[in-house]
Amino acid sequence: MSDSPKAQSGDFLSNLGRIYGWYTGGFAAFVLVLAVLEQVGVPNRIIGYLFVFLTIGVYALIGYLSRTAQVSEYYVAGRRVPALYNGMATGSDWMSAASFIGMAGTLYIQGYDGLAFVLGWTGGYVLVAILLAPYLRKFGAYTVPDFLGARYGGNLARLAGVIVLMSASFTYVVAQIFGTGIIASRFLGISFELAVFVGLAGILVCSMLGGMRAVTWTQVAQYIILIIAYLLPVVLLSAKVTGVPVPQLMYGQALEQIEMLRQTKEALAGAPSHITPFINSDPINFFGLIFCLMLGTASLPHILMRYFTTPSVRDARQSVAWSLFFIFLLYFTAPAYAAFAKLEVFTNVIGAPIASLPEWVSIWSNIGLVRINDANADGILQFREFIINADAIVLATPEIAGLPYVIAGLVAAGGLAAALSTADGLLLAIANALSHDIYYRMIDPQANSKRRLVVARVLLIVVAIVAAWVASTRPAGILAMVAWAFSIAASGLFPALVMGVWWKRTTSAGAVAGMVVGYGVCLFYLVGTQYYGMPLWFGIRNISCGLFGIPAAFLTTFVVSLMTPAPSQAMQDFIDSIRTPRGGVRMVAGEKVLD
Amino acid sequence: MPLVGDVKGPRGPDTAAVDRATGDAYWRRTSSLMWTMLAIWAVAGFGVHLFATSLNTITIFGFPLGFYMAAQGSLIIFVVQLFWFAKRQNAIDEEFGVEEE
Repeated sequence: MSDSPKAQSGDFLSNLGRIYGWYTGGFAAFVLVLAVLEQVGVPNRIIGYLFVFLTIGVYALIGYLSRTAQVSEYYVAGRRVPALYNGMATGSDWMSAASFIGMAGTLYIQGYDGLAFVLGWTGGYVLVAILLAPYLRKFGAYTVPDFLGARYGGNLARLAGVIVLMSASFTYVVAQIFGTGIIASRFLGISFELAVFVGLAGILVCSMLGGMRAVTWTQVAQYIILIIAYLLPVVLLSAKVTGVPVPQLMYGQALEQIEMLRQTKEALAGAPSHITPFINSDPINFFGLIFCLMLGTASLPHILMRYFTTPSVRDARQSVAWSLFFIFLLYFTAPAYAAFAKLEVFTNVIGAPIASLPEWVSIWSNIGLVRINDANADGILQFREFIINADAIVLATPEIAGLPYVIAGLVAAGGLAAALSTADGLLLAIANALSHDIYYRMIDPQANSKRRLVVARVLLIVVAIVAAWVASTRPAGILAMVAWAFSIAASGLFPALVMGVWWKRTTSAGAVAGMVVGYGVCLFYLVGTQYYGMPLWFGIRNISCGLFGIPAAFLTTFVVSLMTPAPSQAMQDFIDSIRTPRGGVRMVAGEKVLD
Repeated sequence: MPLVGDVKGPRGPDTAAVDRATGDAYWRRTSSLMWTMLAIWAVAGFGVHLFATSLNTITIFGFPLGFYMAAQGSLIIFVVQLFWFAKRQNAIDEEFGVEEE
């Protein structure tokens, strides 16, 4: 890449390993200092404050140091992010509060069937790497709709892309801000509404001044904190329960004991098997959900745009592999959390006299995440009398393992990092689509770079405030809607993106028709079944509505493309040029090269 | 306006990286790698889990195999597959001389 980095950022890029090494060491020292403070009697409240404010302060500092006045720095971090670091940034961009806090709980409750999320949220990266990322990187887009606009000649496809992007990303970002608010209010002891805006400030300071560049370097920092915070408690718990600090290998023993207890312990009557497949969802819903989550992963713009920031096509491929590796570290640990928590509950909680339950149960029932109801009034806790909220599994593990409060604070900092980093990426994707695709490409193509950056920043703030306002009203069902985002994105964008690269014959009319039909079918099924009592088609839950939308979009694109004249020679040359790593990109008439 | 419509033949002015024959051969190899990868993806993501119930009768280190594949096995396959894919595709790029300068 031809660029002349400022001396300062050149130094920064060549010293990434050392900088983030010091950062990780500094964070470990910070945790140790807090542990000492706790031992000498500093109250828990203060420790919670220090965790929340110091980590947000560090993110803000990185955001401030990464401020930029260059368009390509703002949109794609100057395309200088090494594959490994982009992988880490994608990891935290990807893993939200739901992955960090909710995933293990879902596995606890659903057993095998919950693994659809583990598979769906990892396997999609295979599609990203082989079908899309290298080609979108070669094209050199700033945003995903940018590619649609160039490939399908015009603003109609671009606009359709922006609409799908907005509907998939907005509910998602609201849920992240919601999650930030919950964590901040729990650990700062302030009202939820106020906490939402504290979280918002945390998100904005990271992204506003430096756009993608700032978000990238903060996300790397956030990944380091979230992965330490996720692994440490369960490693210590595994060491305590099994004597070996490798939970990912040792939870097999826990699974065996769970199944044995389930069959032999009287109080556990009615507990479903943890390892038997297809109890909560039949195979068609299990595989349908995996399919939609995978294709959705490969269509979500805030993920795809991360691969626009690597220095080369080669790095883009390598970077997807690193991304999946860093995501894998968390996802293959989540089932261990679920198994160890379940073993603890089955051994020490269920069947115990209600008067003498372990201490952690009373701590979390005070907050309302654990509910105990002695239905048969025998003073002994039965399986059916104990209800635990999915979010409590990760949050309660420090107490289950009998670890000091500082570890609970660490988990909160990790959850906050997960929510903030995802919110950053999503907000940037939405604001960039509005400022680059709508404002610059469609409304005012003559705007100079200074003006474009002003518009981008103003829109970022506006979208952030609107999202925070929606989150602060505690909209019902917003969390359920997040899972819909995957089906919506996959139905609207996946066929147009993939066929645009892999099938030269795809025409503009075909792609636009496919996007409209896929998005329409998906939304129709969602809204119909969710709000108007429409019966399910083939018993498929609406979380997997992409199962109808995606084939509909592929078929429509295919048929309409064949009915319309083949793309011009110039367009075919353009496709050839994005398929080949070497050389420049040939633009088609009317499109201009970026940078 | 950077028009390319007036250029005759497959070779563009300064942008076409390779001649047509090489380009087509390159794309055939890339496509076949893509299909191989998709096949592995389909087996690891869906195929093996169809047999989860029968695989669960085998237990290794306490893990029922069907459960293990969905919780870890397939994930490991995906990760290894992607590093291998990056390596293979780089080799193809170099073989056809279309790697980035």
